[in-house]
Amino acid sequence: MREFTRQVSVLGRRSIVRTLRQPASIVPALLFPLILLAVNAGGLRSATDLEGFPSESFLDFALGFAFLQGAVFATVNCGTDLARDIQTGFLNRLALTPVRGVALILGQLAGVAALAVVQALVFLGAGLAAGASVRAGIAGALVLLILSFLVSVAFAGVGALLAVRTGSGEAIQGLFPLVFAGLFLSSMNMPRNLIEADWFRAIATINPVSYLIEGLRSLILEGWNALALLLSFGIVAALILVGIGGAILALRTRLARV
Amino acid sequence: MLRRTRAGGSFIAVARGVAWRNLHNHFSHPMYFVPSLVFPLLFFTAFTGALGALTNVRGFDFEAGYEGFQYVFVLIQTAAFGGVFTGFAIARDFETGFARRLLLAAPNRKGIIAGYAIAALGRWVFTAVIVTGVAFAAGMTVPAGPGVLPLYALALLINGAGILFASGVAMRLRTVQAGPLMQTPVFLALFLAPVYVPLAVLEGWIHSIARYNPVTAFLEAGRGFLVGRPSGVGLAFGLAVALLLAFGVWALRGLRNAETSG
Amino acid sequence: MGDRHGIEVSQLVREFPKGPRAIDGIDLQVAPGEVYGFLGPNGAGKSTTVLVLTTLLPPTSGTARVAGHDVVREGHLVRAAIGAALQEAALDPLLTAREHMRLQTTLHGLSRADRKRRGDELLERVGLVEAADRRVGGYSGGMKRRLDLGLALVHRPSILFLDEPTTGLDPQSRTALWDEVSRLTREDGVTVFLTTQYLEEADALAHRVGIIDRGRIVAEGTPRALKDEIGRPSVEVVPANDGDRDAVAAVLGKFGESVPGLNQSVAVRMRGGESELAEVVRALDAAGLSVAQLRLHAPTLDDVFLEKTGRSLEGATTELGEGTS
Repeated sequence: MREFTRQVSVLGRRSIVRTLRQPASIVPALLFPLILLAVNAGGLRSATDLEGFPSESFLDFALGFAFLQGAVFATVNCGTDLARDIQTGFLNRLALTPVRGVALILGQLAGVAALAVVQALVFLGAGLAAGASVRAGIAGALVLLILSFLVSVAFAGVGALLAVRTGSGEAIQGLFPLVFAGLFLSSMNMPRNLIEADWFRAIATINPVSYLIEGLRSLILEGWNALALLLSFGIVAALILVGIGGAILALRTRLARV
Repeated sequence: MLRRTRAGGSFIAVARGVAWRNLHNHFSHPMYFVPSLVFPLLFFTAFTGALGALTNVRGFDFEAGYEGFQYVFVLIQTAAFGGVFTGFAIARDFETGFARRLLLAAPNRKGIIAGYAIAALGRWVFTAVIVTGVAFAAGMTVPAGPGVLPLYALALLINGAGILFASGVAMRLRTVQAGPLMQTPVFLALFLAPVYVPLAVLEGWIHSIARYNPVTAFLEAGRGFLVGRPSGVGLAFGLAVALLLAFGVWALRGLRNAETSG
Repeated sequence: MGDRHGIEVSQLVREFPKGPRAIDGIDLQVAPGEVYGFLGPNGAGKSTTVLVLTTLLPPTSGTARVAGHDVVREGHLVRAAIGAALQEAALDPLLTAREHMRLQTTLHGLSRADRKRRGDELLERVGLVEAADRRVGGYSGGMKRRLDLGLALVHRPSILFLDEPTTGLDPQSRTALWDEVSRLTREDGVTVFLTTQYLEEADALAHRVGIIDRGRIVAEGTPRALKDEIGRPSVEVVPANDGDRDAVAAVLGKFGESVPGLNQSVAVRMRGGESELAEVVRALDAAGLSVAQLRLHAPTLDDVFLEKTGRSLEGATTELGEGTS
């Protein structure tokens, strides 16, 4: 167990150093969600005039989405980094050491996890500075940060799974539109009960992303909504299981070492 | 006279060669081709699907429905971002060394920019036709009037301006790391405009910015064409031409910068 | 380093789903302390063999024992005994050499004190002390290869796999790496399995050479024995007048069979060996043919390759369906 912890920690350290040395993967991950938040908070303000809209401030309504958009960068960054390790043969080098596959994947997630903490703090800080408030209070803000962190880790796990399965950075980048589609075809910009197009409401209702956003949003707009939180934590757990668990299993096949 | 003909000939030959290669690359690599088509369709679907209720907001009055309202934005957005994709292609070519080979081989280097521009226009027309088809299929109605054709003309000018802007950045920095520098200003210009609701319905700081944003003029003129009540047409075309000329100078200086940097 | 086992391979086969056999029934033995050169063109099956022997790729059939352990059933024991520098130095461009050492020593389970000592010792050994805190992305090809070698030695392996270690390096870096490999075998008794497409590399380093083509070993032995097997030198003549090529070829044809020569030249492998050289000169003179250049070539490993496969090693690339070769 001590050996395992040591392996995770040294690989995690490498992953964090690697992330810190790539400003091109940090800056957009922090900046783009904030830009979109600002633009939508301004551009969609009139939506709050609609009857039944759950908030008087579109900033409050949209803040939850920033955390999720940040998590998309986790998918791409983690996937691209791991795919690069496969393409350059660096993974083979690691595979020749007594390292365990689980340690490889967990270590790989460390850089993304560190960035996720920074992202969550920045988004929340920026939101509060711009006038947003968290109805669930300080404890709620803490849960918001934890949930946001877990969403990023879960998304990173999906990126890792895709990387191990495809072994190609280009394939990960190519999947970006698909990930974006998952985000956009959800309740990100409008509560589901105010979506007029039936087909879109149906898609948003079966899209798990809607429940992730609604869980985050519930803490900001409503306070403590057990069902919304349960659903979002449940989906995060399932994603972690599929992403990280799948990546560990897929790694066994890819390494093919006995 | 003979020299002029030769110079003109080499310009066309270079432009044709560069355009063919870029179009071929674009359409034979799903990695380039798919996002350029998927993102506009995704924006259109997500905005019209989720935000249709905005037509109920007081002051929102648009006869072509929310599909028509968003179609104009998405068409102009594809035109502007088509330019950004071209900037990416140029930056990529500089990183792989291909652009230097072009600079060495091409007898007329202005033909290089023209070639990239022709390819970008070709790509945009392809995307625009598909987006238009999808918009009509989604239920967009166009009342009597000039319809989509003048909108296409305006978008073409915007596409050209976008290409020249992004080429200028790409030729100065010559690395794909410059991507955000091409993408972010275009993204901001597009979204700090009346994207979701008309200018009159926008409030607060974004309204103040949108009033002076040229993209607002493009969107309002485009939406006017669609419902058959064109307004601000002169301003929109004037601004588009002005941007085209300004970014033309920017791109040519960028080319000179690339030439002198070897 | 006290391991008394080398490498034993029997009827090894590796097939890829959409392609011919990358390895097609290989048998080979490498004795402890020996440098074995695996020579062949691109796509011949060299790298696939290394991947199988280093446990990174399971074989389709056959057996392979490395350091006394079966590569399929005892992979972890094999990995503990071997070091490998695989094709294209696999390094993280964002990390420094010292950070690479820290990562590698920790993953191999060295104690904290040993990690630092071993890392510093290896950086010194491969001549990277000054560059140790610079990011690897800015290293030259030779520096990357040296770091790659250093990393492979972290856990004091008894067997070292080097997959085309000098491909793309300048002559100076190549010689430096050869020196280090020689020192490893001489001073530390490390067994080295080296793949290469360079004849001079196999000649300079290997005690024994296996020549592989299209997944099969076509010749094996010491470089000298292999060349002696061909035995006969070749003579190459460049006529003074280009129009005399056919006439020169006719004269030379009396002394042996034709072999490929350089641009303007005519070449034959001499039936009677180098003692017939004077005869060749006299025959050309008697035929009234003037000669611009005349060269005698001792047999090379390329001649061996040519003899066994009918193709020259230089520029020969076997087309296989799989990217690994």
